[in-house]
Amino acid sequence: MHNYTIAELIKGLQNNEFSSVELTQHFLDRISQINDDYNAIITVTGEQALNSATLADQRLSLGDAPAMCGIPILHKDIFCTDGVRTSCGSKMLDNFIPPYNATVVENFARDGAVMLGKTNMDEFAMGSSNETSFYGPVKNPWATDSVPGGSSGGSAAAIAARLAPGATATDTGGSIRQPAALCGISGLKPTYGRVSRWGMIAFASSLDQAGPMARTAEDCAILLNCMASFDEKDSTSVDKNVPDYTASLGNSVKGLKIGIPKEYFSEGLHPGTEVAVRKALADLEAQGAELVEISLPNSELSVPAYYVIAPAEASANLSRFDGVKYGYRCENPKDLHDMYCRSRAEGFGEEVQRRILIGTYCLSAGYYDAYYGKAQQVRQLIQQDFSEAFKSVDLIMGPTCPSPAFKFGAKGDDPVAMYLEDIYTIATNLAGLPGMSVPCGIVEDKPVGLQIIGNYFDEARMLNVAHQFQQITNWHQQTPEAIS
Amino acid sequence: MSWETVIGLEVHVQLATKTKIFSAASTAFGATPNSQACAIDLAMPGTLPVLNKQAVNYAIMFGLAIDADICQESVFERKNYFYPDLPKGYQTTQLEKPIVGRGSVTIQLADGSEKAIGIHHAHLEEDAGKSTHEGNLPHGMSGVDLNRAGTPLIEIVSEPDMRSAEEAIAFAKKLHSIVTSINICDGEMSQGSMRFDVNVSVRPTGSSVLGTRTETKNLNSFKFMEEAIEREVERQIDLIEDGGIVAQETRLYNGDTKVAKSMRSKEEANDYRYFPCPDLLPVLISDATIEELRQALPELPDARQKRFVSQYALSDYDANIIANDSNMSAFFEVVAEGSNNAKLAANWVMGELSGALNNADLNFSGSPVSPQQLAGMVARIEDNSISGKMAKLVFEAMWKGEGTADEIIQAKGLKQVSDSGALEKIVAEVLDANLAMVEDFINSDESKRKKKLGGFMGQIMKASKGQANPQQVNQILLQKLNELL
Amino acid sequence: MTIERKEIEKLATLSRLAIDEKTIADVTGRLSSVLALVDQLQSANTDSLQEISRPFHTSQRLRDDEVSETDQREAFQAIAPETHNGLFTVPKMIE
Repeated sequence: MHNYTIAELIKGLQNNEFSSVELTQHFLDRISQINDDYNAIITVTGEQALNSATLADQRLSLGDAPAMCGIPILHKDIFCTDGVRTSCGSKMLDNFIPPYNATVVENFARDGAVMLGKTNMDEFAMGSSNETSFYGPVKNPWATDSVPGGSSGGSAAAIAARLAPGATATDTGGSIRQPAALCGISGLKPTYGRVSRWGMIAFASSLDQAGPMARTAEDCAILLNCMASFDEKDSTSVDKNVPDYTASLGNSVKGLKIGIPKEYFSEGLHPGTEVAVRKALADLEAQGAELVEISLPNSELSVPAYYVIAPAEASANLSRFDGVKYGYRCENPKDLHDMYCRSRAEGFGEEVQRRILIGTYCLSAGYYDAYYGKAQQVRQLIQQDFSEAFKSVDLIMGPTCPSPAFKFGAKGDDPVAMYLEDIYTIATNLAGLPGMSVPCGIVEDKPVGLQIIGNYFDEARMLNVAHQFQQITNWHQQTPEAIS
Repeated sequence: MSWETVIGLEVHVQLATKTKIFSAASTAFGATPNSQACAIDLAMPGTLPVLNKQAVNYAIMFGLAIDADICQESVFERKNYFYPDLPKGYQTTQLEKPIVGRGSVTIQLADGSEKAIGIHHAHLEEDAGKSTHEGNLPHGMSGVDLNRAGTPLIEIVSEPDMRSAEEAIAFAKKLHSIVTSINICDGEMSQGSMRFDVNVSVRPTGSSVLGTRTETKNLNSFKFMEEAIEREVERQIDLIEDGGIVAQETRLYNGDTKVAKSMRSKEEANDYRYFPCPDLLPVLISDATIEELRQALPELPDARQKRFVSQYALSDYDANIIANDSNMSAFFEVVAEGSNNAKLAANWVMGELSGALNNADLNFSGSPVSPQQLAGMVARIEDNSISGKMAKLVFEAMWKGEGTADEIIQAKGLKQVSDSGALEKIVAEVLDANLAMVEDFINSDESKRKKKLGGFMGQIMKASKGQANPQQVNQILLQKLNELL
Repeated sequence: MTIERKEIEKLATLSRLAIDEKTIADVTGRLSSVLALVDQLQSANTDSLQEISRPFHTSQRLRDDEVSETDQREAFQAIAPETHNGLFTVPKMIE
């Protein structure tokens, strides 16, 4: 059952091949047997899951239940879940039990989906390797000495290990796409404003977006149907009709113009990755798509711009973690100042503290214009690059990551080396465009991802092309040796 | 050495919206601690702000009332600092593009002159919560109530155009009267609805260079503001004359203890690291919205003052006092219309009623005497049913809740006797009973006679239990005495 | 561009992070290398470009002024570090 896609599970439930309770129990058993090997899940909500499954079965028997009814999923531990600990991968929130649901969680609950638990992640979503979590690193099911990617490493590893058929995740600089690529699964970051940020713990407000992870593009489409909604509680939520993302999956790719940015194929790209990605593009060409070389000339500026904007916004977003209203408070504070400084120094890990300091620096008097102001201007340059490109192409494609999964500690001492992991994904967040990753090869026994970038609100087309790609290839069906 | 004082004010006005600026929690005053602080107000993780339309409208209305430009694409910034009453660790406020631009307000001074005071800008922001350091708290701890956190404020920043405490108070009072007249603020100073920060500096008269200024924060009464300013001016002048230098600092003034002190530097040069709030979008305001609000803007104090002069023939002085207090204005108009004597109405409202309210620490909305009741009483003075003196008794009785003017006049038999027949009888009786006084009157010089009338008046009023109509009595008395001459 | 130790201490105070001797050197080194990365921005020609936060020009939605939040003090204070009689308590603030 754990090898079925969500689409297959939906049919199975509808045809009474199994019940949601059986399905849920199956995944809960797998989790209890296997999760320790990968540390993908922080909190398992077994009892709650079975209760939801029972209710879902009743609803299914009445007929006309929503697509996600009875389907077990995992939520990244960045989404607030009413009555269930939401840690954001941090000691700061180890004891935080929110009395409210994120809109994303609410949408799935309303449709009758079953929450199996909360997945591990880089602390406060800051990282590309899931090495910074308070709850320990997540191991890549393809190679347990290697990282699964981050910050949604837990969600990605859980799906790769078949602990759940689908999961929610978030992407601020590549945190859905990069782990999806490193774990051999599919993941999508929607257009900024497509999915509500209410109840999703904020890292960088103008960049964060929630999105689905699953093994196939079709499954991502099913999940996105549920996740996407206009939410009045989020001022940045866009009031735009949500199409049925599964309706156009079958369209042909004939005549589709695919832009290949030359900047994404330069030095720094692992040769094996390049071969796999170019093969994937050739496959699409064979189906009738047209490949067009394009340029995104300001690509190089995206990493520096991101590493000013994201930490700056994060430094303000994380100020609320002060030990006053909720979360961690240090023992025996001698005065207020001590309480603040020690609660935050003890509650936050090193990477989080570093980013807060950088962010504070970039916003400081005297530095604002040169750093934050400048970065926000550069953002416009990057957006212009994409608008220009989309005048002549429909989609933009290239590698998701510069190389397959690296070993733990490989990027240890130099934070910049880690930051360069995101080199192909960051620009999409800066521009607010949708991006996704699908598996397109195995290099040195580890998966490699093909990135698809669409124009604003063009998720349906991206999922369509990804789905067509998955009809002619079987990378998405590959399983890590340890799992099969 | 003669000195000139330069004063600027920053005024925080709580907008009278039902809900907070960024959340739908109530702003009602006096709730139990933390019962009106929702997830957004508590800065719970993942919560987001959504802007209150009424707060925006109220800010626009203020801008229109001071003839300012309205910024049609204004932006919110985050002002970052740590304090327990600031749940997010930043305050959402406006810096670069405040919603209201430059405007001006006219103040009237005691000598009858007028002066225009410039307003640099006014912006929207959220209020912080409240901290308590005393009372029933565990040892060494302070308590935080976040009910107030998120209440919408407009911060009004004046130009440093004021040159005396009098001007500053006049400006503060004019702002108070404007915001209450257009109903964007309830004006309850004791509840913190308006708070004043005063920037004070001194310089030698004639100098065009500004001296170093100090800021005295959080004054919430006109009286305390006046005291604080006067003390600070004196302190600065003394300091400079003694060879010292005024340090730029923040000060607090305690109106009860009359002590002013420097705040221990909160943080050396707080770097607030302002940047545009990424959770909020630019606030676009259309011409149509501005026009709609302009049409619906309630009467402003200056316009009302002119109207009181032309409609009710009040003096400029009286009109100024009443028009600048919107509660008093509303009360006054009901009394004036109901009694048909605006002058009397003005006297009673400004005089007896205000005095009584002041002594009882009440305001017009809490007056035990309603405007209709007062109108009823003034109408009886106007139609000569009671004398002014009797009216005082009626007023006291109404204050105690004994009913309407007519009911009280009836119950206490206070109706003025104006029946000439009855009065003639009383006068005649008094004259008969006081032949010696009459004799004395007749034999006095003309110049002394007027004074002696008082004696007769006293007797007559006593004989009539105060109910004789004094003007008529006077007339009859003079007539009768003249007959005897 | 290297960042001075004094600067780090100031940043740590502004962001209320206790930073000890051991980590100062480490943090200084790492921050300097990140700042070298971001200095690359200076090479960009951004004359006459606006600072832009979001890709499409939209305006802030306005909410009707109606109360819809109820008293949830109990639920919120159940997860608070310290409270007393409905107040959140913190070590005394020195004015």
